[in-house]
Amino acid sequence: MTQVDRAAPGHREGAVLDRIEAFRRRRPRLDDDVITSAHGAGGKASAALVDAVFLDAFGNDHLAPLPDAATLTLPSGERLAFSTDSFVVKPWRFPGGSIGHLAVHGTVNDLAVSGARPAWLSAAFVLEEGFPVTELRAVVADMAEAAHAAEVAIVTGDTKVVDRGAADGLYIATAGIGVVPAGRSLGAPGVRPGDVVLVSGTIADHGMAVMLARGDLALEADIRSDTAPLGALVEVLLSAAPSTRWLRDPTRGGLGTVCNELARDTDLAVVLDESAIPVVPQVTGACDLLGIDPLYVANEGKFVAVVPPDEAEAALAAMRAHPIGAAAARVGEVMADPAGIVVLRTGFGGTRIVDMLVGDPLPRIC
Amino acid sequence: MRFVDEYRDPAAARALVARITDMAGDDHLKFMEVCGGHTHTIYRHGIEHVLPANVELVHGPGCPVCVIPMGRVDDAIAVASTPGVIFTSFGDMMRVPGGDGNLLEAKARGADVRFVYSPLDALRIALDHPEREVVFFAVGFETTAPSTALTLLRARAQGVTNFSVFCNHVTIVPPIKAILDSPDLRLDGFLGPGHVSTVVGNRPYRFVPEQYGKPLVTAGFEPLDILAAIAMLLDQLRQGRCEVENQYSRVVRDEGNPRALAVLAEVFELRPHFEWRGLGFISQSALRLRPEFAPWDAELRYEVPGVRVADPKACQCGEVLKGVIKPWECKVFGTACTPATPIGTCMVSSEGACAAYYNFGRLHREVSVALSR
Repeated sequence: MTQVDRAAPGHREGAVLDRIEAFRRRRPRLDDDVITSAHGAGGKASAALVDAVFLDAFGNDHLAPLPDAATLTLPSGERLAFSTDSFVVKPWRFPGGSIGHLAVHGTVNDLAVSGARPAWLSAAFVLEEGFPVTELRAVVADMAEAAHAAEVAIVTGDTKVVDRGAADGLYIATAGIGVVPAGRSLGAPGVRPGDVVLVSGTIADHGMAVMLARGDLALEADIRSDTAPLGALVEVLLSAAPSTRWLRDPTRGGLGTVCNELARDTDLAVVLDESAIPVVPQVTGACDLLGIDPLYVANEGKFVAVVPPDEAEAALAAMRAHPIGAAAARVGEVMADPAGIVVLRTGFGGTRIVDMLVGDPLPRIC
Repeated sequence: MRFVDEYRDPAAARALVARITDMAGDDHLKFMEVCGGHTHTIYRHGIEHVLPANVELVHGPGCPVCVIPMGRVDDAIAVASTPGVIFTSFGDMMRVPGGDGNLLEAKARGADVRFVYSPLDALRIALDHPEREVVFFAVGFETTAPSTALTLLRARAQGVTNFSVFCNHVTIVPPIKAILDSPDLRLDGFLGPGHVSTVVGNRPYRFVPEQYGKPLVTAGFEPLDILAAIAMLLDQLRQGRCEVENQYSRVVRDEGNPRALAVLAEVFELRPHFEWRGLGFISQSALRLRPEFAPWDAELRYEVPGVRVADPKACQCGEVLKGVIKPWECKVFGTACTPATPIGTCMVSSEGACAAYYNFGRLHREVSVALSR
């Protein structure tokens, strides 16, 4: 890797960049006195809130790395993964799925990408007075269908009703438990320079589908959410690439955000190739029109995997043979430098940074 | 999106860069891109480091969000906080800091602030909520002003009385003139704004070569557009020409869009003066509603503080907007002022030079070149 002589004349800019980099690595600070939508967007503001409020109060060894799912060891030595998620998407139904599908897929996918086989879910409903029972039945039927397909059972639940106006129709929270097979170990410490970054399919479908389904944008395109359970595809990957280092599902915040988490947690560089990132043409078109970067748009049925280079081809071939992995692609690599940063080689031949998202102009998407 | 790929072709880019490098020779040349959309493209596609180091792009004042002074944001927040008002704004304006917070914080405190993609969406909200007052926060150059004008014409035609516009539209020529008159800047030419020129055409820029002796090439927004326009500027310099040229001829006509200009003239008139962030008061540089549209003029319908708020002392947005300093040369860039905690407007808008540089451009040239293929 090129070494930069930062003391050389003409490198004043370099010195500024280094100062900024040091600044970026500091713990995020919560400066706001009230919650704003940015705190829910999965970017820097969310990180600051979690750090300053939740980690500060709950801090423990399981929570500290902020995994999608906590891995817990039983006295017998067996390991469980445990995760929770809440769902407030509007509209409840969108091309490709509904809040019911999301409520199951969101939690089982968090378990799957932590290496677990999802087994049991809980479901809690917050219902607004006046919510139509037919709508509720339809959402619950979607949950049942999704749970069946993901081979999990919904084994406990809760219902609360709040006054009209105190909630926006329907909120769902699910928690899930999965069993981690012996010998599996995924995580940032295993990632090495030279490793390959894969995505399991096209990105940005879910977020754009929901945005267009809201109908505020007077824009119509045939874009469907990718909401799907990932457990089976994760098993396919781990069989073909047993040394898989790291897995994440790029939901809120998209591919750009999970790659930033990867770069931060490994202190390595993630270098992505724009032209290799699979995006449905309609999604590219809608994003271009709206000035939205597909790298930051949510997915609900995709994962990002880091695998060693000698297992990358086998992993891709196996994933592409599976129905929801058909568009799987090698999108980048892990490098030593510039540490902690995600760089995109642009389709046009330049390079740019992909940073953590700051604000979020997008409506609720999960 | 084959239409776009055509303008992002790496092989064509390499050929253009080779031509630019050859024509530039050993001279250090500085070209200003006037438009924030260009700034965004330049960083988003990594154009700065693809160009030879001696061909420097200086970022100009054409970011409509960046030039709004803090006092106007405070006025907007005052209107938005009026009971019964639904305040609508382009998303970019939501995080622009005023003297006391931004619209997003006003929303969190209870103001009904909604983001829209078009003033027509705001008018639709007014029609859907006849019991509420809907105000649209109009910002932008001649690019967005016609859609505001059309919306006002429609509101009048349909007799919509619960809709008004807080007008902050500005015009493109006065700030270019202000920059050319500024003593602390040496430029070799301009990349003319693309979208604005679809409306105003190329004729208004003739004073740039004629009175100031600088070439100007109106450019499109894809990476190859920018490179092609730079090559055209170099052609002019090497051939001893100095004129207005149009690289973006697939969209921009010399005479502009006469219908849009007619609509602008029907609805708006020039303000005697308007404060620009960083550039100060510039006479005849902004638009207000004509008296016939007074019933839809939020400035007449609402009490606004109308107070001039000085920029924070540390903020150097003015110098950035004029191209006098690069974003990273600002004292607070990247530390006190980041996209998450913006002090100045240039760090807020995705078209602002500081935000574009921070979000996309923070790479050493050497690292960038080593990673490029």
